[in-house]
Amino acid sequence: MSIDMAQFHQVFFEESFEGLDIMESGLLNMDPGTVDDEEINSIFRAAHSIKGGSGTFGFNDISGFTHIMETLLDEMRDGRRPVTPEAVDVLLRSVDVLRDMLAATSDDGEVDEERVQEQKAELEQILNGKPGEVATDVGAADVAAQPVGGVEVRPIGWHIVFRPLSHMLRTGNDPLRIIRELAELGDLKSEGDISALPALSSYEPEDSYLSWDLHLHGDVEKQAIDDIFDWVEDDCELIIMPLLPEGEPEAVMVAATAAPTASEAETPVVQAAPPPVEQRSKKDRRSSKDRRTKDRRQSVGSSGGGSIRVEISKIDALINMVGELVITQSMLSMLGEDFEMDRLERLNDGLAQLERHTRELQESVMQVRMLPISFTFSRFPRLVHDLSSKLGKKIELKMTGENTEVDKTVIEKIGDPLVHLVRNSLDHGIEMPEVRLAAGKPETGTINLSASHKGGNIVIEIRDDGQGLNRDKIEEKAIEKEIIDEDHNLSDQQIYELIFAAGFSTADVVSDVSGRGVGMDVVRRNINELGGSIEIESDPGKGSAIIIRLPLTLAILDGQTVTVADETYIVPLVSIIESIQVKADQINRVAGKGETFKLRDEFLPILRLHELFGIENPNASSLEEGLLVVVEGDGRHCGLFVDDLLGQQQVVIKSLEANYQRVDGISGATILGDGSVALILDIPGLLRLAAETGADSAAKQTA
Amino acid sequence: MASILAVDDSASMRQMVSFTLKGAGFDVVEAVDGVDALSKAKGQSFNLVITDVNMPNMDGISLIKELRGLPAFKFTPLLMLTTESGNDKKQQGKMAGATGWIVKPFNPDQLLATVKKVLG
Repeated sequence: MSIDMAQFHQVFFEESFEGLDIMESGLLNMDPGTVDDEEINSIFRAAHSIKGGSGTFGFNDISGFTHIMETLLDEMRDGRRPVTPEAVDVLLRSVDVLRDMLAATSDDGEVDEERVQEQKAELEQILNGKPGEVATDVGAADVAAQPVGGVEVRPIGWHIVFRPLSHMLRTGNDPLRIIRELAELGDLKSEGDISALPALSSYEPEDSYLSWDLHLHGDVEKQAIDDIFDWVEDDCELIIMPLLPEGEPEAVMVAATAAPTASEAETPVVQAAPPPVEQRSKKDRRSSKDRRTKDRRQSVGSSGGGSIRVEISKIDALINMVGELVITQSMLSMLGEDFEMDRLERLNDGLAQLERHTRELQESVMQVRMLPISFTFSRFPRLVHDLSSKLGKKIELKMTGENTEVDKTVIEKIGDPLVHLVRNSLDHGIEMPEVRLAAGKPETGTINLSASHKGGNIVIEIRDDGQGLNRDKIEEKAIEKEIIDEDHNLSDQQIYELIFAAGFSTADVVSDVSGRGVGMDVVRRNINELGGSIEIESDPGKGSAIIIRLPLTLAILDGQTVTVADETYIVPLVSIIESIQVKADQINRVAGKGETFKLRDEFLPILRLHELFGIENPNASSLEEGLLVVVEGDGRHCGLFVDDLLGQQQVVIKSLEANYQRVDGISGATILGDGSVALILDIPGLLRLAAETGADSAAKQTA
Repeated sequence: MASILAVDDSASMRQMVSFTLKGAGFDVVEAVDGVDALSKAKGQSFNLVITDVNMPNMDGISLIKELRGLPAFKFTPLLMLTTESGNDKKQQGKMAGATGWIVKPFNPDQLLATVKKVLG
């Protein structure tokens, strides 16, 4: 029966990539010198599975390569080879190569043969370099397995003496099966020996007492016989002698009587079973063919790349919710069939229920898009490991909150900014070991990467215990780059935030570790695009932290509806601090520099939304008439002047870029309950817009 | 119809083994590791068990030892899937009570041939 092995490839690739991730994180966790049994076992198992699978599915390059890795891992597991940092590094690089090989095979791409060979050589060098002769071991075993059947004259058959030990049946082996297999090789004459049978009183029914004298005639390789006895070598006394063409064979044929009867007595029992199996197999084969085509279709679908794995519990919740919704719907339609006014209350109840279920359904659907941030975090141990050895620094990475769930889009887009930030910490933050020791700090620096839910936000922190930001250097650079004036009046915090300015890089030498000065402004832009904000904290000599806040989900937003003239806008609730009505004495006008107002000892700039968007005839033109919504974006505060607040509601975000084009200060649009379109304000964007138009310039002086 | 318990932590191998055997008309129950297999073996009897050796939670050798200790599996053929050509694992398996082994990599035809041999 031929089976299309390709149907298992997709699963094989998936589990192999997972295996590689296990190997990688395991290798990174391995402390050189000591071997954690469970750790190295799981690494070994992963390699072993990849090797087994690739061999089975015909990817011989991959299985060959993995075999060498496995050999090395096996030696480490048995303690025959010390776990050295060098060996771990080589294994890590091999994981990379293997990943490339798998990816190339799975996508029908090209394998970088040269790199594979180089890596192979590197592995073999380690293997052959120091203890452990496994490479030669394997060879020796192969040689040993080859029987030394060096008979010059080709035998005409074999004389086999087969005496099962008493326990053979208890290994699941059946002498009858062996004899049957031998009979398939040629003409078999067997003679049973019942001499070992004890008296019935001392007979153990589970022991085997019979032995056989077997003569196999025919042109049979000894290897074929060895193969048959392979499993029972240690469970029997076995003598295999060649039958040579001389007269000898005939002598044995005479007394071949007792044995067949002994075995025949059992044979019918066994033979009775096969026929039904045969019949069934035909039927099943047909149905399994259907199944196979179905399987293949599924695997094609999942290889598209745009798929996500969703926990069963989430899907169950979804189905449950849909069920509730259906019940509510049928209740409502029954109510509507012949509606009378006295049932109004029940209608209202039903509608309230409908609303609740819709909201819950919405939440459940959102949950489907949520993935643990470990998808993004998992790449960092490797990054830190590689970079710290490259930079000659000692760094420990601690991660917390990897299970925090975030929107899939966030997972996809936050990766690169985070890599940049962690690299910065490694490169600029953590000092060289000797510098750290001189400063009275532990030699090994620590980078904490954490994620958590706080309010409606996800907070991701990258915190290191390095030297902190160099305020003077940033200031100097910013002046040199004409980002600020020499007679500026900025607080330390504002100086730190200059690193987010476009075209700013403080590295004395641009290293290949932390980019070329395209860094932080791009990072901030990426995070703003996700509707998030980024903050920086620094304590000179003690460390620095980058704090990223992201909205929980990108498809739905809690908004405050505000009006200006006839227009309705949505202000994201997360960026609102408070809404106030100002009195005239709080307002401060600075000639040519816009308006500010004083809020608890702080002067905040005022942004008149109608001016910014060019709306004529606002209902409130003087500040006392309308309302100020105090908002926060990119760590800055300001008062947004609007006519009125309407209410809070959840809005579904529709992309403006996809349907129209990108508009500064607007992050998207939504459709309100009455069918009208409302624009969603992008607060950080608005602040930048205002700064560009000059209305924000007062902030620098007052804050 | 003979029933077979197929134990492997690798989904692709498990699927391949199970698919091949089902195609040949056997009843196949899959288990993902030794612990899973043992609990399934306690709830149902099998004519044959095919197990991988390297698995998390409980490896194939321990599984074989446990199974062989169960009255229902006293004489049941227990085969292990090994990649090791070295005799180490085979010996350990035999000590634990394994009937025999199938050396990986194998193709479906080899698997079926062995299984049919064992099941008569």
